[in-house]
Amino acid sequence: MGGNKIHKRSNKRIMAKEVKKLNLNFGPQHPAAHGVLRLILQLDGEVVEKADPHIGLLHRGTEKLIENKTYAQAVPYFDRLDYVAPMNQEHAFALAIEKILKINVPVRAQYIRVIFCEIGRILSHLLNVTTQAMDVGALTPTLWGFEERETLMGFYEQVSGSRLHANYFRAGGVHQDLPKGLDSEIAEFCEKFPKIIDDLETLLTDNRIFKQRNVDIGIVSKQDALDYSFSGVMLRGSGVPWDLRKSQPYDCYEQLEFKIPVGKNGDCYDRYLCRIEEMKESVNIINQCLTNLPNGPIKTNDGKISPPPKKEIKQSMEALIHHFKLFTEGYRVDEDEIYTAVEAPKGEFGVYLISDGSSKPYKCKIRAPGFSHLQAMDYLIKGHMLADVPAVLGSMDIVFGEVDR
Amino acid sequence: MENLKSLEKAINSELTTKILSSKIKHDQINILIEDNNLTDVMIFLKTHSSTKFRQLIDITAVDYPERDKRFKMVYLLLSHEKNSRIKIEFDIKEGEILSSLTSIFPSANWMEREVFDMYGVEFKDHPDLRRILTDYGFKGHPLRKDFPLTGHNEVRYSEEEKKVIYESVKLEQNYRNFDYESPWEGTKYIKDQTKE
Repeated sequence: MGGNKIHKRSNKRIMAKEVKKLNLNFGPQHPAAHGVLRLILQLDGEVVEKADPHIGLLHRGTEKLIENKTYAQAVPYFDRLDYVAPMNQEHAFALAIEKILKINVPVRAQYIRVIFCEIGRILSHLLNVTTQAMDVGALTPTLWGFEERETLMGFYEQVSGSRLHANYFRAGGVHQDLPKGLDSEIAEFCEKFPKIIDDLETLLTDNRIFKQRNVDIGIVSKQDALDYSFSGVMLRGSGVPWDLRKSQPYDCYEQLEFKIPVGKNGDCYDRYLCRIEEMKESVNIINQCLTNLPNGPIKTNDGKISPPPKKEIKQSMEALIHHFKLFTEGYRVDEDEIYTAVEAPKGEFGVYLISDGSSKPYKCKIRAPGFSHLQAMDYLIKGHMLADVPAVLGSMDIVFGEVDR
Repeated sequence: MENLKSLEKAINSELTTKILSSKIKHDQINILIEDNNLTDVMIFLKTHSSTKFRQLIDITAVDYPERDKRFKMVYLLLSHEKNSRIKIEFDIKEGEILSSLTSIFPSANWMEREVFDMYGVEFKDHPDLRRILTDYGFKGHPLRKDFPLTGHNEVRYSEEEKKVIYESVKLEQNYRNFDYESPWEGTKYIKDQTKE
């Protein structure tokens, strides 16, 4: 930033010198950009006048790829969108197919899915809250948070075989049942975890530096949150009590009791508080699911949609044929179109699916919450200091897997 | 469900001339309009007290290369007050220029840029209609059905030129798209043969 900066407002008697605007390239390889964001900032001294995010550096053409894969093969692509909470995305896709095919999901499967969606929410919020703290200068929360994330990803691994890209949800249920003892391990985690949240809060909530960097930064008014298509915490932080799990419940959310934390001021600090409260609610939801978890099947028994158990393949001709057809041609989905949305940790994650009666989707548009949030970067950061950029970016909870698709 | 029906009725009675057809499917209202009524319909849906669809969820297009009006434009709106969703559709020809919604919904900006990038549909009065997801200097519109899945160009770091260079895609093995359709119903080439 040039040496000849004299602020115009500082003293009217001094002739305001012509200050050259500085264009700063923030990213694409910057640790505070949370991925591959190239942000072109126009600076007047240290004040940001304009921000132009260039996205697409992680564009993989997910939607195009899905059009060329069968429905079952498309599920793993959803893990790779918001890769900090993979199963929440799979959920939206599974729900879309289920609604078109009118499949009834067994109750046990619904509970398992909700448990893992809430685990996904904790995974995502833990990462976000702690890295946001790191962006404004605190290292410890990240280390504490990642230890817990490790435990949670262990649950993912036990149930699906992989820590991140689970590929676990299926149209009509889940891939396999919980392994023996996993429910008690999750219950044990739920018992310990609130203490960890409290520890994190002692580090951050009343921390002077954390508050100085986040309070009254990036304020979003109610109206603007609606106009800019915000959803999730970005909307609730501004005082709009809107959560799809309550307003348009899917799976077994209707039977569960939980609260929706809502912010007051719509600034970065309120959004942080919302996320902390949501984690506590998630623990609460998981506990309810574990106590009410019924026994029974974990996927629909319709042989045309879910593959038969291994044992049957060895004995039943019909099961063998079903198995063969499902893993070559895949199941077909009637001609229809549907938009389904779930409350992912980052906001409303939607799938707009058009099926044409074949075993591959004709079109699958993915509505990623981060896309509309990042769009508002220019509006949010205008007039703030350069140092506020990482704070605002951190509180928006951007993951480029879903923004760039 | 009752609410949706009365909402559909209200929209129909207010916008009689502008709506071609409407139906309720999967707990959502779908309406079909004509492309030149887009702005009026959107302003009505956003501001009218009986609808209040104040949030634009997404804009997208669907490519049907065999149709005369090639693209189907889809607009999804959400009303928090009414807790309901609406889908607005219309068909357009290739090369037709649509009016931008950026003055009604600021969030339409990037969504329209994405449609422009992926399908090549242009919008007039858009403040900044650039490509958004594809590379700088990219050619073609990837989500059109006639765009190849493997694309046209690939990049690599060239040791000789000491920089990243663009080359046309070289595949060790051609992309294979197997036809797994049920043999009992006859594969496509047999169907074609029997037709002749």
